[in-house]
Amino acid sequence: MKGLAPILAAVALLAAVPLITASNVVLNFLVLALLIALVGQGWNLLGGYGGQYSFGHAAFFGTGAYATAILQVHYGINAWAGFAIGIAAGALIGAVIGALTFRSGLKGSHFALVTLAFAEVLRIIASVAPITGAGVGTLIKLDLRPEAFQFQSRAPFYWIALALVGISLLLMRAIEHSRFGAYLVAIRENEDAAQALGVNTTIVKLGAMTISAAITAAGGCFYAQYFLFIDAGIAYGPWISIEALLAPIIGGVGTVFGPLLGALVVKTLGELGKLATGDAPGLDLVIYGCVLILVVAVAPRGIAGMLLDLRRRFLSSKTAAPPALERGHG
Amino acid sequence: MFSLAIIVTAVLNGLMTGAVYALIAVGLTLIYGVLHIINFAHGALLTAAMFAAFFAHKLLGLDPYVAAIFLTPLFFVLGYALQRCVIGPAAHGDDRNILLVTLGLAVVIENALLYEFRADTRTINLPYAFDVIEIGTTFLAVPRVVAFVVAFAVALALWLIMRFTDTGKAIRAVAREKLGAELSGIDVAHIYAVTFGLGTACLAIAACLLVPTYYVNPHVGNAFVLIAFTVVVLGGMGSVPGALIGGLFVGVVESLSGYYFGESLGQISIFVMFILVLLLRPSGLFGARA
Repeated sequence: MKGLAPILAAVALLAAVPLITASNVVLNFLVLALLIALVGQGWNLLGGYGGQYSFGHAAFFGTGAYATAILQVHYGINAWAGFAIGIAAGALIGAVIGALTFRSGLKGSHFALVTLAFAEVLRIIASVAPITGAGVGTLIKLDLRPEAFQFQSRAPFYWIALALVGISLLLMRAIEHSRFGAYLVAIRENEDAAQALGVNTTIVKLGAMTISAAITAAGGCFYAQYFLFIDAGIAYGPWISIEALLAPIIGGVGTVFGPLLGALVVKTLGELGKLATGDAPGLDLVIYGCVLILVVAVAPRGIAGMLLDLRRRFLSSKTAAPPALERGHG
Repeated sequence: MFSLAIIVTAVLNGLMTGAVYALIAVGLTLIYGVLHIINFAHGALLTAAMFAAFFAHKLLGLDPYVAAIFLTPLFFVLGYALQRCVIGPAAHGDDRNILLVTLGLAVVIENALLYEFRADTRTINLPYAFDVIEIGTTFLAVPRVVAFVVAFAVALALWLIMRFTDTGKAIRAVAREKLGAELSGIDVAHIYAVTFGLGTACLAIAACLLVPTYYVNPHVGNAFVLIAFTVVVLGGMGSVPGALIGGLFVGVVESLSGYYFGESLGQISIFVMFILVLLLRPSGLFGARA
């Protein structure tokens, strides 16, 4: 089972963190990084493997978050059930947007534009509709019981976020080794050729978008339970669409570990920026934007790509070394 | 409620606003037509230009219409440099990379402004801001009429540049056939940067036309640029006349739907129109080639 060991090792390593430190600052930082890793993994499936760059993953994040919150607040539905329904709702929105856009043959910058527009429409609706609390936002009542998906300490939240990320890593590895994954990569590399070879590109892209939306919606559901508050700007705002694509692109687009690596780097940079200049609004995003441009310019395959290159260079220098040594002796 | 006078007023006001939308969209469509990229930094650059016009008035006491004379060449140079030094080299000629680089630029510019000036909304007070012209039963604000006239003059000037100057001919050649243009000795990287500069210069003029009647804050450009995207898609990507007609059309639709449905829902009508056009006629309503 190639590729399984690194995933299990990474998850086991991260799972041990709360046993070492109970610091809320550390755990909070890691929970947010894991959240972005999860949201980014959703983007990575569609954008990284499928080559369809969405600028509006907020549409799925926000739908998951609002579904979880509204079902609890207005309909008294259990938070865990709300969590599951939220993921399904996100997947449904993904399927609808995907069906509309892919059937119209939108790709490249048109696809990016139309996803952005869908997210904006949802944001405006959420900022005026009574059921979302309009401008005030939705507050989930404090109820610190595990049955209500609320916990006294950060550690259980951390483990749940880690479990979600672990599942997304396993899912991505499975997709990478599947026929579906191969079709998806073929579409990214050359959609016309893939179609000519008999791949039903619309169905494959639609499937990728639905799964992608479900993963990102899971992040939204988790966000609602963790902060117990959402409004239109948080749920459907452009910030989450940007972080969703930033993490995989910095970490390594189209790789299993890219979003996790990228999320850790992005969040670390953001925290360092805050330490350097105080918590000023906008600064973290200025740093993210610069890093995004730099990564695209210098390391188009992200951190994972750089690590792979290093390993290849290391391996090839090991095999090339012995003859050189012999010559040195002779 | 359906009084003719009110509808006429709404339509005329829509046309005034639409002319500025058209000017913003002309910059966007010009860049798309030549470089075949959607410039996601367009809105942030408009915000930057509006801040520049605001501070030219506040610190130097320059009237926005006078500031336009200095800001237009300044933003041409800025746009030229951005394409030549940042977008071109960073993107390695890959469309997906260009998307990301312009998005990155937008994030940097917008949030640098947010960091420096906070989210405060600012306005400037000009003696003529509330002057009106009376046309029949309709009153039109003078700054909006000026915006309408200047926007059309700029579009005409741009058309003349494209039609009759050597640079304009080179731009059209690159837009039509990049390789052929390169083979006949046109410096494509230079022409790309000039086009980007022209698109950015349009924003500086649009900003100076907007500032007398509109507020300035770090997110102000977003509202305009999403409308500009709609205009560009409606008019046909890359078509300058399409952008003009599209801008006026969107201005009128927004004005009328804002009047009948209220402002938030009026905004939605634009997005819905945008999505529908993209889904049903990605080549635009006015039949320009995609």
